[in-house]
Amino acid sequence: MGRMMTTTAKSPGLSPEEIQAQKRAARAEGWRRRAPLMPALIFVIICTQIPFLLTIWYSMRSRNLLRPEGEQFVGFSNFADIFLDSTFRSAALNSVLITFGCVIVALLLGLGLALLLDRQFAGRGVVRTLLITPFLIMPVAGAMLWSISMFEPSYGLINWLIGLVGISPVDWTSQYPVFSIIVALVWQWTPFMMLLLLAGLQSQQRDVLEAASMDGATRWQTFRFVTLPHLRFYMELAVLLGVIYVVNTFDHIYLMTAGGPGTASANLPFYIYQRAFLGFDIGQSAAMGVVTVIATIIISLLALRLIFKSLNAKEQS
Amino acid sequence: MTKGQLLTTITWVIALIFFAPVAWMVLTSFKQESDAASSPPSFFFEPTLDQYRNIFSSDAGPYFLNSVIATAASTLLVLILAVPAAYALSIRPIKRTQDALFFFISTKMLPIVAVIMPIYVIAGQIRMLDNIFTLIILYTAMNLPIAIWMMRSFFLEVPAEVLEAASIDGASLIKTMRSVLLPMVSPGIAATALICVIFAWNEFFFALNLTAANAATAPIYLMSTMTSEGLFLAQLSAASVLASLPVVLAGWFAQKQLVRGLSMGAVK
Repeated sequence: MGRMMTTTAKSPGLSPEEIQAQKRAARAEGWRRRAPLMPALIFVIICTQIPFLLTIWYSMRSRNLLRPEGEQFVGFSNFADIFLDSTFRSAALNSVLITFGCVIVALLLGLGLALLLDRQFAGRGVVRTLLITPFLIMPVAGAMLWSISMFEPSYGLINWLIGLVGISPVDWTSQYPVFSIIVALVWQWTPFMMLLLLAGLQSQQRDVLEAASMDGATRWQTFRFVTLPHLRFYMELAVLLGVIYVVNTFDHIYLMTAGGPGTASANLPFYIYQRAFLGFDIGQSAAMGVVTVIATIIISLLALRLIFKSLNAKEQS
Repeated sequence: MTKGQLLTTITWVIALIFFAPVAWMVLTSFKQESDAASSPPSFFFEPTLDQYRNIFSSDAGPYFLNSVIATAASTLLVLILAVPAAYALSIRPIKRTQDALFFFISTKMLPIVAVIMPIYVIAGQIRMLDNIFTLIILYTAMNLPIAIWMMRSFFLEVPAEVLEAASIDGASLIKTMRSVLLPMVSPGIAATALICVIFAWNEFFFALNLTAANAATAPIYLMSTMTSEGLFLAQLSAASVLASLPVVLAGWFAQKQLVRGLSMGAVK
């Protein structure tokens, strides 16, 4: 196979022609290796990078589908406008709140469930199957299930449940829209966290755990100093993937609150969608898109750093 | 009760609480509309298949057919593109493998909403709005990075001796691929397909913005049951059950592959 190419080092005493031929062969080999990658690479570039470049282009122009004649280059004024837009700021805040609220709560619940499932007991397979189901339900169905069957003020299950203990009915999606959305999202994403962390727990070497308990470590100490460091990679991965997926949340907001009341529960994807498809303001929605991309990258990086720097600091203190 | 029994009980209770909304959805789908939206909720009722009958006699068919087409075609296209690409990033790696891997994963960090407008405008200009082919292309692009990462993790597990043996035999690249590699990574291909199917089947945002009467998919049908003639909760529940069923069943039967797929091959 092509691994032989790596052994053809430049040997002394070759004529320029031979060196040339070697270089040509190396280049040809390079292209032979790249060839299988090319279709996928080109496909992804066309489908993601070209639209994104166009988004950047749109973001510097005043373009409104309702006024096609008025298009012109406006530089960064769309960006200036959106930072003065208080709805954009509140949508950005909601994005952060929903993303972190969901990821952190789902991670903690998922960790708890993974620990509970990492033992032998009757019906373990059934329990795991029940627990992963919320993640497999079509998100559109899950969002409507929560907004209607669960949170509906007059016949929803939640109000009936709290009514049993004497709490008066609450109009969840109107009074606590962001909270309601986070609840539905946590329900959907906890199984995801649980699955990753459970895989992490089960990849632990049993003899290490046994050695810890032989050395007189308590259950908590074993968890704290053996299991948790081992889980770190899995938690990082779960948080990173969770943030990437949850920051894009659209289905739940569109179907549960439509960003309302007013714009109280709109996150960035929903607000950008509103501006683009209901307001037809291409320039501004594109500028918001660009800002969202930058913010997503920052959030993904910060999410990793914040959580694990603090965890490390605690471990060392 | 011992400590172990207590933990087991707690685990079961939590699992049932988590599952309760799903159970409620299934229960509601067997109710008449009058029982579905009752207060207090009705737990005992005469079950009926009316809601499912309504859906099968309604216009739901084309929506589900579109979902099947978009999901199957995009998954197939993803595999055709991802398997060779993953090969070039694992077995016979190109020089800048790390860069290529990072590029693919970085496209997953690109919020879809940031590119929807240009896609909408381009699709409109080339007359591809409300066309199932547009969804196929976009779902392929959406799943391709995940599939490449996943397939790569499976290729990396192929023992080096196997590949060397094949190359000593003088088997050509295509032949090695077909007779040695593909059979070895076929479980990986199945796991990759599963993940692609889940994400494509459940996709809502592209379908909402780029389709109308012709190419709309199952999630759009669900939404339309809510908004068209008021709310029919029992029928919505039945439609939700039907729309969720393929992915739920696939996920139940392939729990192991699910973990690996969701972590893009990083967790085994």
